[in-house]
Amino acid sequence: MNDKKPTSLLYLDGVSVSFDGFKALNSLSFVIEPGELRAIIGPNGAGKTTMMDIITGKTRPDSGDVFFKGDIDLTRRDEAEIAQLGIGRKFQKPTVFESHTVWDNLELALNRRRGVFAALFYRMTAEDEARIEEILSTVRLSNRRNDLAASLSHGQKQWLEIGMLLAQEPELLLVDEPVAGMTDAETAETALLLKEIARTRSVVVVEHDMGFIRELGVKVTCLAEGSVLAEGSIDFVSADQKVIENYLGR
Amino acid sequence: MITSFLLKSFDRTVIVAVGIILGLGLLIPALNLLTAPDHPLHVPTYLVSLFGKYLTYALLALALDLVWGFCGILSLGHAAFFALGGYAMGMYLMRQIGARGSYGNPLLPDFMVFLNWKELPWFWYGFDMFWFAALMVVLVPGLLAFVFGWFAFRSRVNGVYLSIITQAMTFALLLAFFRNDMGFGGNNGLTDFKDILGFNIQADGTRAALFAASAVALAAALVMTSGMVRSKYGKILVGVRDAESRTRFLGYRVEHFKLFAFTVSAMMAGVAGALYVPQVGIINPGEFEPGNSIEVVIWTAVGGRGTLIGPIIGAILVNGGKSIFTAAFPEFWLFALGGLFVLVTLFLPRGIVGTAQAWRAKRKEYRKAADDEAVKGMAAAEPLAAE
Repeated sequence: MNDKKPTSLLYLDGVSVSFDGFKALNSLSFVIEPGELRAIIGPNGAGKTTMMDIITGKTRPDSGDVFFKGDIDLTRRDEAEIAQLGIGRKFQKPTVFESHTVWDNLELALNRRRGVFAALFYRMTAEDEARIEEILSTVRLSNRRNDLAASLSHGQKQWLEIGMLLAQEPELLLVDEPVAGMTDAETAETALLLKEIARTRSVVVVEHDMGFIRELGVKVTCLAEGSVLAEGSIDFVSADQKVIENYLGR
Repeated sequence: MITSFLLKSFDRTVIVAVGIILGLGLLIPALNLLTAPDHPLHVPTYLVSLFGKYLTYALLALALDLVWGFCGILSLGHAAFFALGGYAMGMYLMRQIGARGSYGNPLLPDFMVFLNWKELPWFWYGFDMFWFAALMVVLVPGLLAFVFGWFAFRSRVNGVYLSIITQAMTFALLLAFFRNDMGFGGNNGLTDFKDILGFNIQADGTRAALFAASAVALAAALVMTSGMVRSKYGKILVGVRDAESRTRFLGYRVEHFKLFAFTVSAMMAGVAGALYVPQVGIINPGEFEPGNSIEVVIWTAVGGRGTLIGPIIGAILVNGGKSIFTAAFPEFWLFALGGLFVLVTLFLPRGIVGTAQAWRAKRKEYRKAADDEAVKGMAAAEPLAAE
């Protein structure tokens, strides 16, 4: 069991958590390798969001191990610390700073010193500007830079949030239902965007949209009732009898 | 580093506001001191002190706006920090009385002699020196806010729960300061001040100087808060207000950002209280009244929270209205104040300044759209002209 820890980027072993007697996660174990793009599927209540809460420090598990980059124990750290360690998270509902411009949203996300006084006396450097420009073009928002985030469309907000995660320069990106509510064209572009991002870092995508996951063409983990039901290629998983019963069949 | 911080803090609105405040800080004392009492432009001394009081209220509202308008922390206990600053100043003024009190005790203020105390309590030491009192004016409220905020923000107490405990804090202080054995004059508070820094506190010149000092303090606080909210720190503060979890997952320690704003704000409120006390001539536990803190919220809401000059305008307007109203129809003032709050919340949710800003931005957009339209029209007209 321990021999896996040093090489994997994220390592979950036997993680359980319950809320008021309801077991949200039941001895969940899986491993993400550096540079991997992984899709996670599962019916409602399978524990997908709880799993993200545990990895990002929002919820503490009742039992089990969560290690990042081999030996960093994530169960002992809070959200801000885990974010600084290099784990970025995109929420299900796009969450950006609506009363700031697109540019300011990225400026705040930029991976710089996070202290109060560092922020108070921060000055934009040419290097930071170039980095923001680069991200703006990656997430296709260059021409909206001076607009308030509140004025963006739903899909553009999702991209802005992904852009903010990129600015954070995480090693692991957790993305919760990135294409919910997107048009088909936007969904296809988002798949491209995520694949592009996964070239330089690991990405975990939670998604319901099977078409989108097929488009990503990656290893899939199916969760149900708080533990792993099946793992493998999309065709392998969708042929699995238990997965059909629990998820696809319904 | 500091200069770039200050440079960022100036935009047109702030420069104009600072200009007006400092201008008034010169003009009103000049009209008071340099004109004869029968001159049409003469400002009587009682009005100088009244306006000076408004300026300290404006500073208090600005302090509240920093945490409420920009960080979403609705403090219903800001008058407590104001009163603590006021008490620190009051203690200095008490000790300046010296042997001129009714009992003629050179060391003990009258109320202590009356209570049969034999020696000065330890926490009154040092208040005979102005610099020490001035330090306490910012340190005491700042320390209370720091300790209070440390526990509240760390345990992630938010929204209405936080508002309730700030209200409880000011109420607890009210009860404590009412007690005679606390050593702050109990029910009667501290009053009968004689002089400040050696000048007679009743003299016209001192009153004028206190007014000018209030104006300078307000202008300085405006520049400082403006620098804060325009920096990246201020943008993060707004981020905390609008999407706290996003800020946290970006790696910012939200509690530190809140704590810093809360502490700075409490210090500003303390300075406001310290300038208030010599101008009204008394500080008593009534200043801790929970209702006072709620009034500050109303001033800020009326003027426009989340704008910097809004709370200043709101505080001056509402208190000006109060002075006139309570003289004309004293029994209806609270109804008027309550009605004002309801009306502003319903019809001007962004306050006076916020609404004006939104209106201006809209007009600008409309004009830009009209310009674009005109450009398009010309482009469309061109082929015709070529024919």
